[in-house]
Amino acid sequence: MTISQPVARPDGGVKVTGRARYAADYFAPDLLYAVLVTAPVPVGRVTSIIVDDALAEEGVVRVLTHEDMPKFGQFASPRAEPDTDMQQAEGPPAAQSFMPMQSDEIRHEGQPLAIVLGETLEAAEAGARRVALRYQFAEPELPTRPEWTAIDKAAVEPRESGFLFLEPTFSKGDVDGGIAKAAATVEAVYLQPSRHHNAMEPSATLAEWNDGELTLHDATQHVYGVRQVLAARMNMPAEKVRVISRHTGGGFGGKGWIWPHQVLAAAAARIMQRPVRLALSRADAYSCLGYQPRMAQKIVLAADRSGKLTAVQQDVVNLTTVSDDFVEFATEASKGLYATPAMRVSQRVERANVAMPTPMRAPVEGPGTWALESAMDELAHRLGIDPLDLRLVNHADTDPATGQPWSSKKLREAYEEGARLFGWRERPRNPQRDGDWLIGYGMATCSMGCFRNPTPAAEVRLRRDGTVLIRTGTQDIGTGTLTIFPQIAADVLGLPMEKVDLEMGDTQLPEAGPTYGSSSTMGVGAAVLAAAEDARSQLARLANLLPDEVEMQNGHIRRRGAAGGQTIADVMSHTDIGEIIGSGSFDPAQYGKGLAMRTFGAIFMEVGVDPGLGLLRLRRAIGSYSAGRIVNPRTARSQMTGGIIWGWGMAAMEQSRHEPVLGRFLSKNLSGVAIPVNADIPGDIIIHFVDEVDEHASPIGGKGIGELGATGVAAAVANAVFDATGKRIRELPITPEKLL
Amino acid sequence: MTPFVYARADSLGETIAAGAAPDSAFLAGGTELLNWLRLGIAEPTRIIDISRLDGLDQIEALPGSGLKIGALTHLNDVAQHALVMRDYPVLSQAILNAASPQLRNLATIGGNLLQKTRCAYFRAEEQLPCNKRELGSGCSALHGINDNHAIFGWTEDCVATQPSDPAVALAALDAVIVTAHRSGGRRIPAAEFHLLPDSRPEADNVLQQGELVTAIELPAPAPRSAYLKVRERESYEYAIVSAAAVLEMDGRTIRRAGLALGSVALRPWRLSAAEERLAGAEIGDREALSAAIEQSFAEARPLSQNAYKVELAKTAALRAIEKAARMPS
Amino acid sequence: MNFHDRHLLRLRMNGEDHTLSDLDPRVTLLDLLRERLHLTGTKKGCNFGECGACTVHLDGRRVNACMIFAVSADGREVTTIEGLANGDALHPVQQAFIDHDGFQCGFCTPGQVMSAAALIEEGHTGSDAEIREWMSGNLCRCSAYPQIVEAVRAAAGRAAQ
Repeated sequence: MTISQPVARPDGGVKVTGRARYAADYFAPDLLYAVLVTAPVPVGRVTSIIVDDALAEEGVVRVLTHEDMPKFGQFASPRAEPDTDMQQAEGPPAAQSFMPMQSDEIRHEGQPLAIVLGETLEAAEAGARRVALRYQFAEPELPTRPEWTAIDKAAVEPRESGFLFLEPTFSKGDVDGGIAKAAATVEAVYLQPSRHHNAMEPSATLAEWNDGELTLHDATQHVYGVRQVLAARMNMPAEKVRVISRHTGGGFGGKGWIWPHQVLAAAAARIMQRPVRLALSRADAYSCLGYQPRMAQKIVLAADRSGKLTAVQQDVVNLTTVSDDFVEFATEASKGLYATPAMRVSQRVERANVAMPTPMRAPVEGPGTWALESAMDELAHRLGIDPLDLRLVNHADTDPATGQPWSSKKLREAYEEGARLFGWRERPRNPQRDGDWLIGYGMATCSMGCFRNPTPAAEVRLRRDGTVLIRTGTQDIGTGTLTIFPQIAADVLGLPMEKVDLEMGDTQLPEAGPTYGSSSTMGVGAAVLAAAEDARSQLARLANLLPDEVEMQNGHIRRRGAAGGQTIADVMSHTDIGEIIGSGSFDPAQYGKGLAMRTFGAIFMEVGVDPGLGLLRLRRAIGSYSAGRIVNPRTARSQMTGGIIWGWGMAAMEQSRHEPVLGRFLSKNLSGVAIPVNADIPGDIIIHFVDEVDEHASPIGGKGIGELGATGVAAAVANAVFDATGKRIRELPITPEKLL
Repeated sequence: MTPFVYARADSLGETIAAGAAPDSAFLAGGTELLNWLRLGIAEPTRIIDISRLDGLDQIEALPGSGLKIGALTHLNDVAQHALVMRDYPVLSQAILNAASPQLRNLATIGGNLLQKTRCAYFRAEEQLPCNKRELGSGCSALHGINDNHAIFGWTEDCVATQPSDPAVALAALDAVIVTAHRSGGRRIPAAEFHLLPDSRPEADNVLQQGELVTAIELPAPAPRSAYLKVRERESYEYAIVSAAAVLEMDGRTIRRAGLALGSVALRPWRLSAAEERLAGAEIGDREALSAAIEQSFAEARPLSQNAYKVELAKTAALRAIEKAARMPS
Repeated sequence: MNFHDRHLLRLRMNGEDHTLSDLDPRVTLLDLLRERLHLTGTKKGCNFGECGACTVHLDGRRVNACMIFAVSADGREVTTIEGLANGDALHPVQQAFIDHDGFQCGFCTPGQVMSAAALIEEGHTGSDAEIREWMSGNLCRCSAYPQIVEAVRAAAGRAAQ
């Protein structure tokens, strides 16, 4: 059995020796280096782009502007409903409908306006500094002041589009009545700034054309998505686009959908008839890619004396660009977490001349739990109920919005075990000090919706020599898929991990969905499982055994429970088949019909606050989760730890500030935007998984975990800060000026 | 980067001769210069690599008392030098709180003092209105985002701060910065090395074209000294506020204090009025210490968003004094 | 003083001597490694000394390769991630990163490993807190920090034995 074992990552060898290759590590003969020139203002028109000085730089070959670019095709999102106005709606996997360099129009600061191509990187960079822009200013729509009254006034209902995945409003029961009869209510506004993914690898694309066929080496979370969007934009059949992504240096959503630079690299290569590598600078990564938008959330909670909720209201506004209404559905938190007889939620957007937001670990419930779980803590204190007990009292035995039963939910166990490991019930209730530090304890519920992607095909090839090759067009972004897919196949085929190879990250492999939304284990994992089972069945038939009755172990196939058995080589030697090709797929519609699906958990945190210096530091954390079957507890632990630290960054430091006059991000670099460093993180982060199998979510029995760990954390931190200091912080991040 | 020509200097004489030409720049550790070139903050046409000049990377005791640190000594080597750790803990701590281990292996103590402000408007990839980038273009931070900017010594032309950690320690230590120049060298008190924006907002320090920092001289040992840095991230980040304290003590009583704040002005900010009042104060008498510190804050002028830094700076100064007092003498 | 716009560069790189002629002085050590020598294990994460992904050893000391002009490294010895292992035998730090799951996406890993190997040589392994502080010049957005500390501690222990 390899499933559920803490198997080491097979990609360790290449990753610790520098042999793992990422998009910018590829070369092509006659390669040109591309550097972007971007808009210095948030709105207006380019009146001229003067390229003479740039072209005078030694090694600069060409400067491309909108006048050189082909007319890019529309991309109709597959999410668009047929026979409606939506049919032509742009949407994912295209990250935005607006394509820069199609006209002189500027819609946000940092938008690509020109591409400088050089024989060397030094030449292209020097040239980019020499491109002179003349432009006409226009009056920009800029983000309002970060306070509810201003944001509420600017907010509008989102338009129908490919980015509107859910209804923007939902209600049930008598909310006003629930508030009127409540023993206690909390009404509060929670703010969070825009934040970038800041993956360590800036996005990069190497585009190469051969006989009308395009090959891209790309940093992406979705090779097939890149192919689809590139084909549409470049007006060519998808079969003529090949996308390769062997390793991607962190995604977190930032490389999930397809951004203009990927298209621009391909267009530049076609114009130049030479391979072009466009590696975004760190600054480009702030304005040419997305971010989690600034949000304001107004929450009303009403409860009776026992703490039972009588009404929940959540009104959310997120920032978006002028071109598309990206909606960050934080209201899913209210719709998914607690039992309540009455609920009313709404989602609105505030449009401005800013870059397009995009999902970021953890989307939806990430912001949603920040607000809701802070408000729950406020309610607990108002009622004099322990914050954990308040959650237990309001435990949702069925989905709060739909009333559907859960596919599986062991949140009570997660609470209990997390509390035990943390010592929550025994925590000191009187103020605690450690020198200059005030100590506080906080907790929050964690939860993510279950986002399941179809996987059209995966292949498991079983060879005569007892080795296996898995082939799937999914991609490695570090989440552990390179480990768990071989584990799944090895488990079915009774082989050790070393016998299983994996080929992925290429559109020449069977089509798989994106690596985002915590969806790969369920989606691709289930397809690999089915393919391995198919290979085993084929082998069984060759061995004259009934497929349903066989098991495989140590390279042997036999009737379940029987001794001995035949080796793979023996079975196959009776045939002329060199390898058995098992195929499998995953269709989520076939699983869990009529059931609500979520992952759950609880985070318990201890923080220190130095009120004199305004410092906030993490001391320890326990994350306890109900997320179905855990295929690999070792890689899963790293996912959860990473998620908690991600949440710590959200709570304590991360922000991409919108400059209020210039309409740009104030800092577009890693010294002006803080993300956690090693010294911020104590070793004492303990991860616990409840023993659970969710057979409804997918045949794997597991659910997604990549985003779950990042939910709840910001609220748990703010709740711990309140415990330590008596200060309720409702605006992230919790930086020194808020704690003094 | 704009193209430039490069040469490696072999002697101090030819270095200061060559450096006098306009548009020349010295390259030592490079951890600032390369970024200036990338951002267009500086566009020298001639780069003089001084990193291998002989004899400028030594740490040696001065006759009588004190220590001379060659300007090209790498930050990590200064901070971890036995004499610096024992006699000048404030400097060792300040350095080890700066940048990252890798950058401290490259950066030199002389070059560190020449770093420019971290003001986000100044460091922007596209040139924004900023008098340090282009004199006369204005100060974007004055009416923009200025919550981490100056509370002392700013003018409407520039509200930025000087980010060097070691510079704060050197100011508190009354260190001397020794320079060489074609027209003769100078000895500059550390606290007077950086320029406030009141006269020439575009300038950062008193150095002339071609003037080279060759050494830092520290006066008598200051074992009771300490550095305190406040930042949201625990490491590898610039300060919101920092404080350096250098004490001479009689038992629990302060005999003499040197006190400087970092990241509150365009130069390390000596708290002279506080220092005077601290003489005679008892460690443990927080009220007296705070009252003394308060003396130097009459001249504090917060900007629209950084009033919190005033209180923060006072506490940082107090904590630095207490930390220094706990150091073994 | 003789200024030139093209230079001859001699480096000892991962144990081998390299000579490069006609080198533009603007080329950083990082871009030399990646774009001229195709040693792409050293990563470009920020190009401003703000992330540590490009950490290499220069004359045995860890440095950010993006902050060095290649020409100024003339005559020096450079070790990159490609040259850390002893043939097929992984460096103890590399093995420890695998054993302790000290990475996820792997992009910052070469820099982390080079930093960790130097940190152990420097002797900054007195406590977990010391390791954390001296590993803070290497950002990891997957946030494998606790596992990295475990790996460094383990590798230091092995090195000490």
